[in-house]
Amino acid sequence: MADAAMTDHGAHAVHAHHHPDLQHHFDSLEQQHEAATLGMWMFLITEVLFFGGLFLAYMLYRIWYPEAWAEGSYQLNLMLGTINTVVLIGSSLTMALAVRSAQTGGQRATVVWLILTMLLGLVFLIIKYFEYAEKFEHHHVPGHNFAFPGPHSPQVQIYFSLYFLMTGLHATHMLIGFGLLSVISWMAHKKRFSPAWYTPVEMSGLYWHFVDIVWIFLFPLLYLVDRAHVPVG
Amino acid sequence: MATQTAPLVAAPAVTYLNHETTVASWLLTKDHKRIGIMYLLVVTFAFALGGVFASGIRLELATPAGDLVSADTYNKLFTMHGVAMVFFVLIPAVPAILGNFVLPLMLGAKDVAFPKLNLLSWYIFVIGFLFTVYAMLARGVDTGWTFYTPYSSRASNSNVMMTGIGVFITGFSSILTGLNFMVTIHRMRAPGLTWFRLPLFVWAVYATSLVQVLGTPVIAITVLSLAIERFLGFGIFDPALGGDPVLFQHMFWFYSHPAVYIMILPPMGAISEVIACFSRKSVFGYSFVAFSSLAIAIFGFLVWAHHLFVAGISVYSALVFSFLTYAVAIPSAVKTFNWAATMYRAAIWLKAPMIWAIAFLGLFLVGGLTGLFTAALGVDVHIHDTYFVVAHFHFIMVGGAIMGYFAGLHFWWPKITGRMYSDIWAKVAAIIVFAGFNLTFGPQFILGYMGMPRRYHVYPPEYQVLNVLSSAGASILAVGYLLVGIYLVASLFKGERVGANPWHATGLEWTTQSPPLPHNFETQPVVTEDAYEYATREVKVG
Amino acid sequence: MAHVAPKTLYYTIFGALMVLTIVTVEVATHNFGALNFPVAIGIAITKATLVILFFMHAKYSSTLTKLFIGTAFFFLGIMLVLTMSDYLSRGLHTYTGGAGGPGYSVRQPRPPAVLKIDEGESHGGAAEGAADPSH
Repeated sequence: MADAAMTDHGAHAVHAHHHPDLQHHFDSLEQQHEAATLGMWMFLITEVLFFGGLFLAYMLYRIWYPEAWAEGSYQLNLMLGTINTVVLIGSSLTMALAVRSAQTGGQRATVVWLILTMLLGLVFLIIKYFEYAEKFEHHHVPGHNFAFPGPHSPQVQIYFSLYFLMTGLHATHMLIGFGLLSVISWMAHKKRFSPAWYTPVEMSGLYWHFVDIVWIFLFPLLYLVDRAHVPVG
Repeated sequence: MATQTAPLVAAPAVTYLNHETTVASWLLTKDHKRIGIMYLLVVTFAFALGGVFASGIRLELATPAGDLVSADTYNKLFTMHGVAMVFFVLIPAVPAILGNFVLPLMLGAKDVAFPKLNLLSWYIFVIGFLFTVYAMLARGVDTGWTFYTPYSSRASNSNVMMTGIGVFITGFSSILTGLNFMVTIHRMRAPGLTWFRLPLFVWAVYATSLVQVLGTPVIAITVLSLAIERFLGFGIFDPALGGDPVLFQHMFWFYSHPAVYIMILPPMGAISEVIACFSRKSVFGYSFVAFSSLAIAIFGFLVWAHHLFVAGISVYSALVFSFLTYAVAIPSAVKTFNWAATMYRAAIWLKAPMIWAIAFLGLFLVGGLTGLFTAALGVDVHIHDTYFVVAHFHFIMVGGAIMGYFAGLHFWWPKITGRMYSDIWAKVAAIIVFAGFNLTFGPQFILGYMGMPRRYHVYPPEYQVLNVLSSAGASILAVGYLLVGIYLVASLFKGERVGANPWHATGLEWTTQSPPLPHNFETQPVVTEDAYEYATREVKVG
Repeated sequence: MAHVAPKTLYYTIFGALMVLTIVTVEVATHNFGALNFPVAIGIAITKATLVILFFMHAKYSSTLTKLFIGTAFFFLGIMLVLTMSDYLSRGLHTYTGGAGGPGYSVRQPRPPAVLKIDEGESHGGAAEGAADPSH
């Protein structure tokens, strides 16, 4: 790294010698890429703890109110939830393939895989919308209009509070991911990426996979509580 | 002392301050040094705001009767004092101001890893601050900065949501800054700058960043859940549905306890630098101090329920947390011993930064030890929610963190501005602050021990004398802080210009001009020696 | 990332994730008693691990990255475990009139504040089925 001493900001002649995407405070594309990767993983760490708080609340109340949890979970549509899980994992596959295409210089393939990822994400959100709409109709949204039969109704309201908080937060992250992927797809379409520099695709991929992982946990925790029993009321 | 006859120094031709001077060049800057200064402006304003609220508190408490403000207004005063000071002064002060300015310089880097993200952090900070200030001015918040449910989620009529949103937004500033610093330290150290050659300030900032990244998201989700509960009627903490309000406390303190280590670790880092420089000696037990920073950060995550001892948690879990709380005091003690050992038999150069640092040592010691009182379960039953606790945390936060911040500010001021402030006035201010501080908070230990509860605007007449002393102390403290502001601002116009290294200190930041170039260094520095090689320096000082 | 994974790797991992998804749904619809929850969580952890290692390339990343990933889950674990250490030990302190009140425990979760006391159904049976991660 000693030869980095040569990079003097006054002399713009040296600009011709470095990649246009190399930012000035870094000495090499490799250093920049390592920094970006580390930074994105660190951001994902914060996301783990962010969702983690809700998992804590979930854990406590599931231990305290197993019947309410079973009753609440039974209200969720298992088929739609399973489809959504398959769809989202599928979108992770297409995302991984998009990163791989960018890595190997496949310009068109990158765009195609990215668009597919977004489409699958859109399917997920549409299904989610229908699930939410159904909850709204059945008065399962916590708050003033909540209504649920049976003696565990107050605790079922807690269950649904967590359901909406967790899936809502997840859906918000998906929307952000959408925005991210739109920008990246556009850049890929403009042929901005190459095997030498495709960092934004890779970073978006990490984010998208994380969102998938959250759902991998949400699915069993919310949809698969005591499905073997048909709860009373 | 007779000032060392330094040759008159001319201002450097190009500095980060003068190379571009439009407003846009500041508001759109990616320069970590300018961003540090922008934080300084907002934090100073927040400090003044918090001080105004504190003045309201101490004025009311000068008399036993609730004659100045109503109980509701008093609740708002202490809440907003806490919110302003915790989230907008103590958390960002050293990391966002001094860390931003000094860290890349100390590492021999041109900037932090993500300069644009750094600017975004500042904007997020400002937006969060604006939300919170609006909440304070519009209707105030009266829940205490701790926002305990169910009062905050159901009963309070005040601007809980607005403040919650402000705090939520500001949290992201803290997270992104921490993330930025950690990546910078991992990936942008100068050639030859191995981990164990790093100045201890860097270790402190690293440990702090770890806490910021791991802890802040939890308060984010807690405040978000609170806001949604309040706004949409969701019920996670609601006892009427079977929810547990203590869960809120668990989640809140999971961040807020490590948060106090965010507040104290960077000032401790600054203290290491100051004590080394003004003792002309390497910090005693360098690796112990370095590892203690990490230990404080990690252990700090294991003790939060000591805030819940009387909230209804199980006795067994309280025992565990009490034990862990004693354990977390150990690395802090190690650091304190090491600083003292650094000063032992050293040729102390008693300039202003050193006065602040010595004051820190004494006050932090008292603050830390009184924490141990509260960590004992039986004792805590009596002193929880009394003025003893208030005194304890003010000794740490003001006597410790703010003193450490001032020590760092006075140490790096010539580097930041290229000017030296009046040493005499700085020492006078330090002594005034020290005296005022002790008069304000010393009596509060006794008040708490005698049973005066916190967060009440009335008290029995037998507590008045001590309260009056405390309020008198607060006015002296205010004078001291104002004085600091005055001579520091004056130095910008009339201060003697200094060269690259007025303190003859070690550290890469002192090898470049004052104020630094926009891109920090002319050529990439290379490091070949350990952090505090004062022994090999042949400069006579003092 | 210097390492280019072959496409077949991604398809294989996807296949494994699909299989695991089907298994988890299948298992959930049968009554395995106290095992239902650990199996569900175990499968979720396995799926997440596959995504992290292969889709996110953690397997081919630096040791520092792996350390960071571990740190995230370690601290999440601390938050969950230490908090639950409070809730799960509350029932142990069962002397009447003491701070614990009537014995709260995992088997008899604390009843909500406003419900009437005369609840005929026993909580013990229902608690067996789905949610017993602590034992």
